[in-house]
Amino acid sequence: MVSNDVLVIGGGIAGIQAALDLAEMGIQVHMVERLPSIGGKMAQLDKTFPTNDCAI
Amino acid sequence: MAEKIRIGVFVCDCGSNIAGYVDVKELAEYSRTLPNVVYVKENLYTCSESGINEIKAAIRQQNLNRVVVASCTPRTHEPLFRGTCEEAGLNPYLFEMVNIRDQCSWVHMQEREEGTNKAKDLIRMGVAKAALLEPQESIKSEMDPNALVMGGGISGMTAALALANRGYQVFLVEKQAQLGGLLLKLDKLAPSGADAAAFAASQAELVQKHPKIRLMTSTEVREISGYIGHFKVTAASGGNRDQFGVGVIIVATGAQVLKPHGLFGYNGKRVITQLELEDLFRKDAFSAGNVVMIQCAGARIEERKYCSRICCMVALKNAIQIKERSPGTGVRILYRDIQAYGTENEEIYRRAREMGVIFINYDVSNPPKVEEEKVTVAHQLLGRELDLPADLVVLSTPLVAGEDNEAISKLLRVSLDENKFFLEGHVKLKPLDFATDGVYLCGNAHYPATVREAISQALGAASRASIPLAKGVMTVEPIVSTLVDEDACRGCGLCVALCPYGALEIVRTEKGRKVRVIPVACKGCGVCAATCYQHALSINSYTDEQIGEQISACLEAQG
Repeated sequence: MVSNDVLVIGGGIAGIQAALDLAEMGIQVHMVERLPSIGGKMAQLDKTFPTNDCAI
Repeated sequence: MAEKIRIGVFVCDCGSNIAGYVDVKELAEYSRTLPNVVYVKENLYTCSESGINEIKAAIRQQNLNRVVVASCTPRTHEPLFRGTCEEAGLNPYLFEMVNIRDQCSWVHMQEREEGTNKAKDLIRMGVAKAALLEPQESIKSEMDPNALVMGGGISGMTAALALANRGYQVFLVEKQAQLGGLLLKLDKLAPSGADAAAFAASQAELVQKHPKIRLMTSTEVREISGYIGHFKVTAASGGNRDQFGVGVIIVATGAQVLKPHGLFGYNGKRVITQLELEDLFRKDAFSAGNVVMIQCAGARIEERKYCSRICCMVALKNAIQIKERSPGTGVRILYRDIQAYGTENEEIYRRAREMGVIFINYDVSNPPKVEEEKVTVAHQLLGRELDLPADLVVLSTPLVAGEDNEAISKLLRVSLDENKFFLEGHVKLKPLDFATDGVYLCGNAHYPATVREAISQALGAASRASIPLAKGVMTVEPIVSTLVDEDACRGCGLCVALCPYGALEIVRTEKGRKVRVIPVACKGCGVCAATCYQHALSINSYTDEQIGEQISACLEAQG
């Protein structure tokens, strides 16, 4: 049987955005992240240029 | 008899972000004294899992039928708290948020007492409004399962193919007679060396043969009305007009190349642009003993401040082309800064140097001068003028915004940036979406991009556009305008003229001319309700009564 689910490897900002967009389309997403929490490098930043939004 | 109002107030410490600057204990105590408040809780972080669970538990155990959270900004956290209410069985629109972080602890860091008093005022106002909140139901609307792509360059073709391959009908409108856009004017593409025209032709063939793409060349979009899910498009070709409906729109209208008239002696013969150089390559008509390229010709100057990004790489690519065609030809690139980011571009830069291309830095306040048979430039390190032989001068000119951008931005009600390029909804959160729902952008229409970047953006925009198409049904927040008093409406149309979203129309009813709200198009800005002298229109969750009550609460002296 063909599975329509998608595996996203990595839970940094790229993985998160891809997973969210797919999930919004109604697709079941499985996200695998090596670390205990998602967010990747972005979660380690304070403010991000140029809007100076809080990165986390 | 209406149900008795039972309000729960949750005061957030936000760690020390709020609690460090205002007295949250006092705020919690104060909240208990407010009318209809039956439960108050102070949380270290209301948005944390434990905070959320406390809200849910209180709704169930205390029979709360209104929730007020005094914390940060609704822009980021309102959806979370509304969802929390919904999960606990409370209508999500019986929730009110009070921003005591941005408006109190952040702006009154040095004034603890005044900041605390202001937070009390805001909470009192929030509680007063919450008591009058009414449940609302989300608005649903079906999507037209098709798309308009404006522009048939590489971005537009890529986006159209991506959507069509997912099974959506695509209308591709191109102003010119031929598909391909700027690609048609290029010779080879870096870093692969692929032939640009052949690549454009192969993509154009895919577009032309695709059963899901209706291609309209030599055609311009004249009118667009409607909103996400139901845009009505009028396109014109010659004397023929064509109307069709689409659910989403992708803007891929590209950019144009600056013709550097009056710059560095540009004449199209001895002094030419990079595109004209590529034209010589394509015709096999290139011949020169010494070439000087001048970067930032017409860019990063007072009247055009931005960097066009791609011109450095174009110069590197063409310098290598010259060296490959004619190794004896001298190539000198006069630059201000070189943008060759990424491993492949850095490699191209290194290769150009290895092949003998000479790079000379110039200062914008003392730019190179193009003279007969030579170019003079002030060398920054040597501290003197250099005379460079030049029988061909090539200017690296920026891409500038498309001439139709202002007209298109008005058609779509989307924004342009200060350079007249299209402006995305948010640099990071919505880089390929416009602020207007259902409209997306990619490629040079947004900002100068390499072919590869344009393709990535086009695939991304198509992917974003397919989210609402895949859902098939649009769900919209019910905080929209409502005709609460039809009899009062005189059908004057003042609100229709002022609505920035095209969300109101005048219709003929049995009672005469009346306004009709198109809820899916409404953003709840409130202009119509403020304008209506008959008070016939009102915004859900921001009714005159609710706002009036908030103002009264504000003016009350603190107890």
